[in-house]
Amino acid sequence: MSDVFIVGIDMTKFQKAGTGPAVDVLGAQAARMALDDCGLKIQDMQALYCGNLGQANAMVGQRVLQQIGQTGIPVVNCANACATGATAFREAWMAIKAGVYDLVLAVGVEKMGSGLLGGGGGGGGIPKEGLLGSGTMPAVFAEAGMEHARKYGTTFEQFAKVSVKNHHHSTMNPKSMYRIETPLEMVMNAEMIAYPNTKLMCSVNVDGSAAAVLASEKKARELGLMKRAVRVKASVMTSDPWQERDLVMPDVNTCTRLAAKKAYEMAGVGANDVDLVELHDCFATAEILHYENLGLCGDGEAGKLIDQGETAHGGRVPVNMSGGLLSKGHPLGATGIANVYEVATHLRGEAGERQVAGARIGLTHVIGLGSACAIHILEKSA
Amino acid sequence: MAEAALRPVVPFLKIPASGDPYLEGQKCGACGAIFLDERDTCSKCGKSGAIEKKKLSNRGELYVYSIVHRSFPGIEVPYVSAIVDLEGGGTVKGNLINIQPDPAKIKMGMPVEVIYKVAPRKDRDGNEYLTYYFQPRS
Repeated sequence: MSDVFIVGIDMTKFQKAGTGPAVDVLGAQAARMALDDCGLKIQDMQALYCGNLGQANAMVGQRVLQQIGQTGIPVVNCANACATGATAFREAWMAIKAGVYDLVLAVGVEKMGSGLLGGGGGGGGIPKEGLLGSGTMPAVFAEAGMEHARKYGTTFEQFAKVSVKNHHHSTMNPKSMYRIETPLEMVMNAEMIAYPNTKLMCSVNVDGSAAAVLASEKKARELGLMKRAVRVKASVMTSDPWQERDLVMPDVNTCTRLAAKKAYEMAGVGANDVDLVELHDCFATAEILHYENLGLCGDGEAGKLIDQGETAHGGRVPVNMSGGLLSKGHPLGATGIANVYEVATHLRGEAGERQVAGARIGLTHVIGLGSACAIHILEKSA
Repeated sequence: MAEAALRPVVPFLKIPASGDPYLEGQKCGACGAIFLDERDTCSKCGKSGAIEKKKLSNRGELYVYSIVHRSFPGIEVPYVSAIVDLEGGGTVKGNLINIQPDPAKIKMGMPVEVIYKVAPRKDRDGNEYLTYYFQPRS
């Protein structure tokens, strides 16, 4: 089986929710940028995998092709909550891995509304939100963070430090939605949304897209694209194994641990070999959990990891150098490919002032609610 | 004119013709997993046809919580969204009341009990609902 390489990849600058162009036009922007990044044309692509959540029933991938060239290639539209973009990327990877195609385009795109996600309820009778607890995402991830606090004594301040760090990183990323420093007291004193998540500890709703051109090794070599190519060393997806509190508490931990174990095995590397990570910081509380879920530290050590700055720029394993979902923004369907863009950019040595020096191996992670996890391990090829 | 009967806020809240309301779980006879929705097959072990009804306890302990300050229009904030492990099995989410919405006052692991009250909301046809809450238990 051929190794699969990312030969072209790019993302739009994430912008305030509702200010972007139509979803097909927005998706087409990143698609063109990714093709330009490797000097290929849509006519070179043999298939398109497109991730979008908001218009999952409306053939977004085909509409993207209407913007950039209707070449008649197969299009698969994917929806998998916040793992949507990573799912599209992984399907593209799998198609090449299986030997069906040599050049495939993956696009993730989302136009977001504003305000709270989740908590819509459903079912008959009366609305349950605020009567039977909260199903809003800030509260759900607050509760997940409080589980860590219960076990290990993790503090509000430690959760808040995640947001300070990621906002700091975003000041070095021209594609980030926000690029402002947010000192600790500013984060902790921001409007409380769902304790312990303040407004600055919640991901930003943005419009954005990201796209990648994937190639078989043979094709990448034939086209002379190996110099900037990034090897996909592992692509893993899991769903949520049964857990006793599942019904009322989405579990982002178990599916991540399962995926991480498989990904490290597939890549033949350990967590200690990873030079940088883009992980699913949909809320500041979540990032703390994933330090341990991804094996960046031992269980119960995540608070110490953030306190000691080990996941900050210049630290042992920088996390969310892009600014993360907290500052760069979180266009649901695009996030999984935007994370890959960030890591690939570092592995290519093209990340400018935020470059992680000497980065050779990076990991991306996304979670779709508590029930889909995708991890990719990427390696510098040259 | 007969008084309209209270409806349960969720199907797993049971209102018997006589006696007190209670929460009902669905327990897998093969592996013991407990669910809140009616089902034929256990999603833990995959066994079909072995699900039994189980009356859940009104006593439990607070597992985790969040204090919700921002919600949708018309929903009174702040309130405490709580996840409670019931004695003898079953985990239920609901509002924790009769406690200050203050992290200094709420202790994870504290004993709580399930209480039943008429919900402060009606449906669009004006029907009333019986709901459950958690409150601290001494």
